[in-house]
Amino acid sequence: MTTAADFAMQLKAEFGELISEPTEFRGEITVNIADASRIAEVCEFAKHELGFDYLLDISTLDHYGEDPRFSVVYELSSISHQQNLRLKTQVTEEHGEVPTVTGVWRTADWHEREAYDMMGVKFTGHPNLTRILMWEGYPHFPLRKDFPLEGKPTEVPDVAFTQTAPMEGGPFVTIASNENTTVREPRRRNPEDGQ
Amino acid sequence: MTQKTEIGYNSKVEGEVIHTTVDAAVNWFRKNSMWPMPMGLACCGIELMAAGCSRFDISRFGSEVMRFSPRQSDVMIVAGTVTYKMATAVKRIYDQMVEPKWVIAMGACASSGGMYRSYAVLQGVDQIVPVDVYIAGCPPRPEAVLEGLMKLQGKVAKEPWAKQHFKPTAQ
Repeated sequence: MTTAADFAMQLKAEFGELISEPTEFRGEITVNIADASRIAEVCEFAKHELGFDYLLDISTLDHYGEDPRFSVVYELSSISHQQNLRLKTQVTEEHGEVPTVTGVWRTADWHEREAYDMMGVKFTGHPNLTRILMWEGYPHFPLRKDFPLEGKPTEVPDVAFTQTAPMEGGPFVTIASNENTTVREPRRRNPEDGQ
Repeated sequence: MTQKTEIGYNSKVEGEVIHTTVDAAVNWFRKNSMWPMPMGLACCGIELMAAGCSRFDISRFGSEVMRFSPRQSDVMIVAGTVTYKMATAVKRIYDQMVEPKWVIAMGACASSGGMYRSYAVLQGVDQIVPVDVYIAGCPPRPEAVLEGLMKLQGKVAKEPWAKQHFKPTAQ
């Protein structure tokens, strides 16, 4: 039986330097794709040659303060051979664009819209890259780490408004460190504080 | 054992005639047929459904006619988390209800935003519509919903309806 690690090696054999060495964590295989602009052709190959006929999810990570800032994660699965594979790629904040994979899996349509809505990563070639959870005209990307949990006041007339939520001392955004609780769990992360 | 004392409208003294004020009569009609607009937005909506079912039976209070049209309802029961995206719709439905109209904020979320101190959740439905009764709980038991309804009935019973609408004109 061909395992996910074998599929990852096939992917590396096809694309060479573009694909990193597969890493395994708790039985899950992850490969990193160096050039985000070629993600669509990697996915195309994974679907049609390796049989990954099902896209479970697309998610994004915000490595705030690092460059490149965002990771885009593709969770691939196969109904025919029952293997999972994870593809990761990085995009910078300035050129936050990834080619769409809606041409490979149609389900990517809403996943990419959600990633755009929450994190602001753009997907070039997407047929309808509009907000999916928030409304058109909302000016922020709420899952970015420099966005405060309590929100920011906005107003789109006749559509929706938002106000700042009273946090009243919590809940907190935890920062991993050995410092005391006040440092570890500030009310929010301010970009100007350099946290 | 038979009841000897005759009271109220059946009194022989008054001969099947009731004396009351317009306010008392109109408010009595109103408070005993408050048709709810079930604005069920989250888990509170399930408890609201339970309040309508036979075990708790909201029809004992004249409110069994859940109207899904705002034009036919008297009291909007906001049951659940009101997101900012939904807030516009809630406001619009409230505006479509005919006067007189009342609002019950059911549960923590509708009353204050509840546990959702978040960019996405309206921090209390009273920011967009006037609320008459707040019901505590997460979600409240159906008994609490009925208690809230009875509180609202008590409030309706005291409304000076006629005094507001028929002001005595100076001769």
